[in-house]
Amino acid sequence: MSGHSTYEPKTGFERWLDARLPIVRLGYDSFVDYPTPRNLNYWWTFGGILSLCLASQLITGIILVMHYTPSADHAFASVEHIMRDVNYGWLIRYMHANGASMFFIAVYIHMLRGLYYGSYKAPREVLWLLGCVIYLLMMATAFMGYVLPWGQMSFHGAVVITNLFGALPVVGPSITTWLWGGFAVDNPTLNRFFSLHYLLPFMIAGVVILHIWALHVVGQNNPTGVDPKSKADTVPFTPYATVKDGFAMGVFLILFAIFVFYLPNALGHSDNYIPANPLVTPSHIVPEWYFLPFYAILRAVPDKLMGVLAMFGAIACLFALPWLDRSKVRSMRYRPTMKIHFVIFVVACCILGLCGAKLPDDPVIPHLTTFSVMGSDLNSFVWLSRLAALYYFAFFLIVMPFLPLSEKTLPVPDSIASPALSHPAAVPAEATAAPEMKG
Amino acid sequence: MADTAVGAKTGPEHGGDPSRRDFIYIATIAAAAGGAASLAWPFIDQMNPSADTLALASIEFDLSKVASGQQVTVKWRGKPLFVRNRTAAEIAAAVKDDGAAMKDPQKDADRVKPGKAQWLVLIGSCTHLGCVPTFGGGEYGGWFCPCHGSVYDTSGRIRKGPAPLNLAVPEYAFLSDTKVKIG
Repeated sequence: MSGHSTYEPKTGFERWLDARLPIVRLGYDSFVDYPTPRNLNYWWTFGGILSLCLASQLITGIILVMHYTPSADHAFASVEHIMRDVNYGWLIRYMHANGASMFFIAVYIHMLRGLYYGSYKAPREVLWLLGCVIYLLMMATAFMGYVLPWGQMSFHGAVVITNLFGALPVVGPSITTWLWGGFAVDNPTLNRFFSLHYLLPFMIAGVVILHIWALHVVGQNNPTGVDPKSKADTVPFTPYATVKDGFAMGVFLILFAIFVFYLPNALGHSDNYIPANPLVTPSHIVPEWYFLPFYAILRAVPDKLMGVLAMFGAIACLFALPWLDRSKVRSMRYRPTMKIHFVIFVVACCILGLCGAKLPDDPVIPHLTTFSVMGSDLNSFVWLSRLAALYYFAFFLIVMPFLPLSEKTLPVPDSIASPALSHPAAVPAEATAAPEMKG
Repeated sequence: MADTAVGAKTGPEHGGDPSRRDFIYIATIAAAAGGAASLAWPFIDQMNPSADTLALASIEFDLSKVASGQQVTVKWRGKPLFVRNRTAAEIAAAVKDDGAAMKDPQKDADRVKPGKAQWLVLIGSCTHLGCVPTFGGGEYGGWFCPCHGSVYDTSGRIRKGPAPLNLAVPEYAFLSDTKVKIG
């Protein structure tokens, strides 16, 4: 936080407004004069990219609602109407559908960046928790949005996900009936999902404001994990961060455009172009790619309730992260052992994503049958996902709290401006990581 | 307001007993909380099945359309309903396995109406996560769920996979030899 404001109204109108609603001052202090650590790398540009994604989803979404009909009888046809008849409807729908994937690509990078550089550690716990809340809201929004075209994947995805709540003992069946508004996923379900799909993005926007507020109270983390100590450690947000963010957004938009214009259905499933039929489940039902790791964890557990709990537990680990990690050193740049675990963790998440897309009993290595354990062949995706899920939980519940007990960390620089001089070989002994330095 | 504040300071003899004020506070909060809670219920309950959804809860079905060894899927309460005319071999296979180790043990005879063993009526919704199982898959000659690999036998009992329960038998009754009322 900059402390005191350096904004000086220049015109008579600005002075008049500043005395009544200092909104220009707020913008100036937050996005122009705001001091940012001088060493932020491109992994720090995803916050801005995510704001862009949210804005894009809101604008395209509001336009789609002008042409979409939320009704089990007309939803599928109205989406086709958007694709074929509405002027540029195809563009707006493809931007919205692929925009969701782009949003998740960006949020996963943003989360991994926070994980790698310890951005969740004191005093940024609330900042991290708000981020987790945004992620949960994003998942709920994306899931309900996927149901709206009322294709086969929409319908049966909704059946499977709502049935997850049926796994809860005693109250499960009442909850699913309540969610459906009937005895199965049907028109009432579609209508309420539509209502909530419209509402949740605005809730996300609200929590984003809290997220940025919390960020500006505690200040940005940076690749060294050392808090800025003097003016030498920071640069003003404008032009440094704005230009860097702007460039990254431009590169990101190129990727976005490649999907929208050349691969618009690459991330979707073709079965969703078949109208919903409650009497036939597609032979291979998969969620959207951004849910695949959690879906793999769900299927890795042979018991219904335990599988559901494991899946929600995987998300709960993220919320608990600030208190699971016991290391005094913030950035993994100075934690070589943790760095290895981080790489394995990312690989495990990718393996889970791969397993989620495959049939559980298919062999990982083709044409090889080994022996059967717990009802499935060892050479199957269900066993691969079990191993990866095991590491996923071990990373949070074992590595995070217990590795720091025996971990050898590298010397942490005194300040952001000094790491150029603090190569591990050149650093004087007193500059090594002292716990009281707080990262 | 000022009067009572002064009264409270001067003591109970002037009618400013603090316990009386506490009572007013608690009563006010309780009334507001009770009111909010009772207003919350309509907002929650509106999401439960509506009257017209509940009204469509039962159907009649003509069995003469289903030949031996055939299965007809009808929609009931938004879910598929399997009406299967089982062959003698299927019934025999189901009865033979009555004693086998099962997750949700049940005799085949308990899943059909007495004397109507060929008619198996099931809710075609996998008890795992609600996908529609297909007939003829899996190693027990019954149903196979494509979503997560649950296998049901010719009686619709769960034999393998993540589903915890047998395929549910809905409430139904024979109105005549060829007609059933489901629900």
